[in-house]
Formats: sequence, structure tokens, C-alpha cells
Amino acid sequence: MILLDFEEPIGVLQDQLHKALEIGEKTGVDMSAATSELEKKVTDKRLEIYSNLTAWQRVQVSRHPDRPYTLEYIETMTDGDFIELHGDRGVKDDKAMIGGFGTLDGQTVMFIGQQKGINTKLRQYRNFGMANPEGYRKALRLMKLAEKFNKPIVTLIDTPGAFPGIEAEERGQAEAIARNIYEMFGLKVPVICVIIGEGASGGAIGIGVGDRVLMLENTWYSVISPESCSSILWRSWEQKQVAAEALKLTAKDMFDNKLIDGIVPEPLGGAHVDKPEMFKILKKEILSHLDILKKISPEERIKTRMEKYINMGVFIDNE
Amino acid sequence: MAEENSGWFNRSEKGIITETKDKKEVKEGLWYKCPECKKIVPTADHENNLNVCQCGYHERIPSVKYFEILFDNHQYKEIDTHLTSADPLNFKDTKKYSERLTAVMKKTKLKDALTTAVGKIGNYETVVASMNFEFIGGSMGAVVGEKIARAVDYAIKQRCPLIIISKSGGARMMEAAFSLMQMAKTSAKLMQLSQAKLPYISLLLDPTTGGTTASFAMLGDVNISEPGALIGFAGPRVVRETIGRDLPDGFQTAEFVLEHGFLDYIVERKNLKETISQQIRMFME
Repeated sequence: MILLDFEEPIGVLQDQLHKALEIGEKTGVDMSAATSELEKKVTDKRLEIYSNLTAWQRVQVSRHPDRPYTLEYIETMTDGDFIELHGDRGVKDDKAMIGGFGTLDGQTVMFIGQQKGINTKLRQYRNFGMANPEGYRKALRLMKLAEKFNKPIVTLIDTPGAFPGIEAEERGQAEAIARNIYEMFGLKVPVICVIIGEGASGGAIGIGVGDRVLMLENTWYSVISPESCSSILWRSWEQKQVAAEALKLTAKDMFDNKLIDGIVPEPLGGAHVDKPEMFKILKKEILSHLDILKKISPEERIKTRMEKYINMGVFIDNE
Repeated sequence: MAEENSGWFNRSEKGIITETKDKKEVKEGLWYKCPECKKIVPTADHENNLNVCQCGYHERIPSVKYFEILFDNHQYKEIDTHLTSADPLNFKDTKKYSERLTAVMKKTKLKDALTTAVGKIGNYETVVASMNFEFIGGSMGAVVGEKIARAVDYAIKQRCPLIIISKSGGARMMEAAFSLMQMAKTSAKLMQLSQAKLPYISLLLDPTTGGTTASFAMLGDVNISEPGALIGFAGPRVVRETIGRDLPDGFQTAEFVLEHGFLDYIVERKNLKETISQQIRMFME
């Protein structure tokens, strides 16, 4: 497993653990006391580091190359009972945005989300999870399809941003995102949005308006990435740590500022350390929210959804 | 040397020899130089022409000028004047956000990046919310979101049309996710306006980019613009860096956006009032 720079102390202990196990195997000497001691130390160290993550460190965890991506969540949570649907019916099929019906504990759910690639070749194929307008329009088509058949919608958000290319501008990236935000307010079915990795700005909120917006513990969600913020406001790429703090982009900050509805805990050390556990936790979380949302009438759900966003924003009224 | 024989205009002495006290200054603001065709005209003439050069270049003008152009007999009333930005994140980059706000308010005499006015256009009561580019790049923070929300409420209450004039670089970074959520907030309010069957005219001016374009600016019942305005999602610099080559001529201009199907029409400033009055009449009659 790839370790991040701040996880180095864990790596040192893991190396010692591996050596101890090796010695035990080679010599037949009973090392169980030493190894269990070291295992405990690894866990303790991880706990120590992960209880005090800085905002920038969380950004790093959210981008960890071993972190599970959208399709893996869907495949596992539905036990493989998932049919991917393609295309926006206008231009093409955007590989950075995926979606389709899947079964979650016996009920059909429309899953939609950005997809990042798991290796160099696939990262390119998936355009690093940066969707074009046709991706957002595919997402909207699938949302409308779900609404037609009265199936709830779950979006899994993981994107460094909507793609800023020439064709994206030609085909109306801004309009596609605006349209999605607008239309999502009117959806008659329950909508749950989960940030599972990176929640970058318009690219994220373009599939991110819901009755429940949740963030996994080690993810970020803001108006801009810390790097771009640093380059614009500090005119240098070097202030990304400071920018990450200033943007208040962690799940906890977002929850404290009442901009999201809940935080989903990750296994100690991040989602990638124990993927099956992560999928189990998220599935349970989605089902419990769906249970509550299903009992509310569509009109009431839409009204509450709109009011929630209309109340967002802090300003001074001197009147 | 060639220059010694080069004609009638040789200086007899080198350098500037006029005493500073004898220097003849052109009075500040007396002349306007068009950045497009470089032609110089008296400012008074330029302003009489609604700040549009003979070559067709539309100079960026402040919200009050649009109010004067649009409202009948230049009569209008500003509303929601009491809203100012808070600093919920205690944001600091090279400068504190709170200090930035104080400075820009003093410099521009504006309260925030959007001014709302009400009055009659073609005899129809209309609410116009206009962005102020000179206020932190017309960036959308909570005040912009709230003022748009209140403009929508006004339109619903008075059963009148809404015009939003956008001039904005996008979301206001110093309000981070709060500003991001204004994209959703304004869109939700526009859905309420739509449910009330009231028209929304979006006038996208130079420049309209980022979160502003990707929310209310692109959601008009009609989207219109002035010639040459820059309209896009990503700014041209970002697109250029992404693709690693120069951008095609006319990329992201109003004409480009019209051609690709995201604007209904482009209107010259001199025809703006007439066209918008006509548009409103067709909606409201």
C-alpha cells in the first residue's frame, strides 16, 4: 500500500512488523508477542496521526491512488446487481461520468457519479474524473429516467472539477451544470449525494443537489481546489496547505457550517485501508437515509430541499 | 549617420527640454481611447454614444448606467441596499477578507457585487438585479445570492419580470463553499419564479464566467448579450493552460456562444432598451 508523506511513521512500524514476521517464519522462534505488540503500535500510530489530520492531509487522503472509486462502490454495494447505462443521447458517452440502475438491499436505485481511472491508461480514458457537458447531460437523463420510474437517486461525487477544454466550452459546460443544479431541485424522487473523494466546485455540485448531502470523513468539498486557490490568491502554488485550511473544505468544517447534512466515518487510515468495511458503512448509511426520505411526500421533499439551499449563506443585514 | 539627414523633424537638442512646469497636460478623462481600434474620441461624445466606440466595441459600464438606459425616464429605485458581506470563514490570504471588503466598498462606493433596482421598462414594472464587476471582480458571495433571492421574491410579489445583468468572474473564493452554494440557492429561487410563470431575462455581459455562468446566468427564459462580451465556464487562461495551445479567434465571445446555441440573441447597447421592452411586452401581454 502506498503511504502518504505524513504516514511515514506508520511505514517504519510496518517494516518492523514485517521483519518480525519474517524472522518468526524463518527461525521458528515464537514472535507472536513482538508482532502483536507491533500491530498494536501500528494501529496506535495510525489513530494518533488520523485523529489530527490537517486540512491539506485530508485532501491528500481524498486523492490517495488506492482509494476506491465510484464503480467499485456501486458494484460492491449492489453485489454486482448493476446495469450501467451509457450516453447523453446527443453527443457521446462521457467516460468520466457513469450511471445506471442497481439494487440496494432489494430496492432499485439510480446510481450516478464521476469515475476516475485506476491506472495510468484508465485515468486518461476516464479523463481523470473531469466530465464534459455530455457527462452532465447523461447524468440528467438518468435522473429523469429514475424519476419516471419512481426510483431514488444516489450520486457519488469524486472530481477535480468539470473539464475546462475547448469542446466543453463549445458544448456549453456552464449551461449543462446550471441545468442540472436547477433540475435537481424539481426531482420528485429522493436524492442522496455523497462526496467519496474530491468535491471540486461546479463539477461537483453539477450532480450534487440533494435531500441529503454527505461527505466521507477524509474528503473535501469547496469552490476551488487548494492548489488553484493558492495560485490565484497568493499567486504561487506553494500556499496550498494554507489555502486548504482557509477554505474550510473538510467534512467537519462543512458540517459545522451547515453546508452538508452528515459525515460518513471511514475505516481508520482511510477508505482504502479497509475497502469492504467502507462499502458496508456507506451502504448502511444510504439505506438509513432512504428509509427516512421515502416516508416524506415528494412535494414536501422538494420544498425542504429548496429551503435548505435558500437558507445557505451568511451576510449582514443592516436594516 | 542616417538620422542626421533624415528630414525636417530632427530635434535640435536631445531629450525632453520642456520644463516640467511648462508641460501641457491633457485634462484627465477628456479623451477616450478605444482598446480595440485605438481611435481617440472626446469622452463626452463617447458617453453620448452609451460608451460604445464607432468600431462597435462596447466598453464595460457600471450598473447605474444600465439602470439609466433601461428604466423609463431614467426613473428607478434601488432596493435591498442594506446587505453587506460577512466574513463567516474569517478568511485571510495575502490580505484579510474583511479588510479587502472595507477597501473595495470605500473605493467603489458600492455595498457588494450586485445592485438591485425596480422601476418601469416599457411601462411594465420590472426588477433588475445587476452585478458590479468593479466589486471584487463581480464575484458571487452570500450577498449576491441573497439579493437575487430577494429580487425573485419581489418579482413574485409584484407579478413582474426579472432581469439579471451578469458581469462576474464567478464565485467569491473568500467565502469558499458558502459561495459555491449560492449557485444552488439562486437556481432554487429561479425555479420558484418559473413556477410562478414569471419571465426571467438573463443579460450576460463582459465578462461572465465560472459559477455565475454555471448557475443563474445560463438559466434565463431568454439569454441575451452585447456584442463581443466574454462568456464562458472556465476563463480563457485556464482553457489555454489545459489544452496547451492558443485559443481560436473569437473563442468564448458572445457571437461564439450564440453560434453554439446558448444565447437567444445579441443586442447592441443602443437597442437594448427597445429590445428588452419588446421582449417584456411579449411575455407579459
